[in-house]
Amino acid sequence: MSIVFWFISAITIAGALFAVILKNTVHCALALTVAFAGLALLFLGLDAQFAGFTEIMVYIGAVAILVVFAILLTRGSETPKGSVYSRYSLTGLVAAAGVFAVFGWTVLESARSFPNVQETPSATAKEIGYALVGRYVLPLEIVALLLTVATIGAVIVAMHEKEGK
Amino acid sequence: MFATLDQIFIILRNLVLGYLPEVVRPYVSVVLSVVCIVAVFPGLFALTTVFERKGIARIQNRLGPNRVGPFGLLQPIADGIKSLTKEDIVPTTANGAIHFLAPLVLVVAVFMGFAVLPMGRNMVLVDMDCALLFYFAMGASSELAVFMAGWSSRNKYSLLGAMRAVAQMISYEVILLLSGLAVVMISGSLSLTKIVEAQNVYTGWFPHWFIFTPWGLAGFVMYAIAATAETNRSPFDLPEGESELVAGYHTEYSGFKFALFFLGEYLAMFSISGLGATLFLGGWSAPFSFLSWVPSWIWFFSKLMLSIFVFIWMRGTLPRLRQDQLMNFAWKFVLPFTLYNLMVTALWRFMGDGWERWVACTALVIAGYVLLGRISMRREHFGPRSYRYAE
Repeated sequence: MSIVFWFISAITIAGALFAVILKNTVHCALALTVAFAGLALLFLGLDAQFAGFTEIMVYIGAVAILVVFAILLTRGSETPKGSVYSRYSLTGLVAAAGVFAVFGWTVLESARSFPNVQETPSATAKEIGYALVGRYVLPLEIVALLLTVATIGAVIVAMHEKEGK
Repeated sequence: MFATLDQIFIILRNLVLGYLPEVVRPYVSVVLSVVCIVAVFPGLFALTTVFERKGIARIQNRLGPNRVGPFGLLQPIADGIKSLTKEDIVPTTANGAIHFLAPLVLVVAVFMGFAVLPMGRNMVLVDMDCALLFYFAMGASSELAVFMAGWSSRNKYSLLGAMRAVAQMISYEVILLLSGLAVVMISGSLSLTKIVEAQNVYTGWFPHWFIFTPWGLAGFVMYAIAATAETNRSPFDLPEGESELVAGYHTEYSGFKFALFFLGEYLAMFSISGLGATLFLGGWSAPFSFLSWVPSWIWFFSKLMLSIFVFIWMRGTLPRLRQDQLMNFAWKFVLPFTLYNLMVTALWRFMGDGWERWVACTALVIAGYVLLGRISMRREHFGPRSYRYAE
């Protein structure tokens, strides 16, 4: 378990790092895909099949494809000549470190905040389904509405307006 | 006797495992199953290429391959030797690593799908709880391989072909998922073995396959359309429309890498047919109760080859669609109808066991089909078209 865990973690972190430091944007997108795949494997390592496969389907099947499509359609696929680091890289680094610190702190504290949660919770697809349309139905509906609004908004922004109308 | 024949592969595997020490058994068991899958399906692929070329030739009033071996049956071996010995050409401007990785990623992602398909009673490599989700996750990853191939070749035909392929695969993947969802709603499980078991029930002679219900028939037709588009088969083979794009995303591949793309395409066809058979055609269950003695894997592979035959038949019969027709068809007809079919399925689920649900659901499916078709055709006018990106 632990060797596999460290191996997958290394791949995930390497993918995420390369997504930031590579010059060619398409290479960055593909490196990001590696990071997504690593995350999915980590979920699977925790026996969370539903989360793992959803991660692959949504992030590799949809998000990564969307990213590469956006890169190609906006002609951003040419490799920049000079340095890819912006002047604000230091500020970005500090912000990223701050966010990471908050996340890390939350994860480390969670064990103390929820002492009653059992060590290995079971999460079958069925239970997740019942939870989604049962207890968490309101958040689900709000997210669905938000996504619909976002989709319609995107279509309206991108709509091709005909002349003379 | 027939029970032994039905479980012959399991018995053989256990026989081999019996000679090995306890520690390595689970590993060897997995390796044996994987080797079987990796051997059987490419073998089937070799057979299918001859079958397809013969079939298409018959439809076009030709003879097809008839020089290598009896009736041209050894043609795939000749093709294999040819593609192995051909020079592997990589364009100088191509992106080496990605160009190399793309066919591998494609074939691996396609092979993964076979891991969850139940090919007979007790014959499934991994019987997991989220099998259907796993299958679609692997299908989604093969899209990225297509993109990698097209982009890394540095060829405008490749890139255009890849863009077309990915756009098409994303659009039809939604339909594939939603038509599969109807089955999940009825059987109440994402596990493919449980879905097959739910259909392996007989009333008199007749099985309870999902295709024999109104929602199942509609779902199956939508699934078949989406599966054809997902595997880039004719009439949805625009990504490799040879009159426009040379060969689409694998234009710049030669030798064995090209053969791998070819293999990937056919394997995707097998696996998607297998999934269709599992979801709607009862997987490995027999079509009549008095035929249950025939080994289950024979039924699975018969259904699979029957779907392949239909694929070939359609390829020989239908002309290729245009890109805008393809997209309009997906988003304006198939997707709304599949969503509508989901609601009919929900109604079927909650109407109880009586005959009323047969009448109601059949009427609803037919009415929905006719109305949707009429409404979407009403504003259709056949005048000059405007191309947004090609003017």
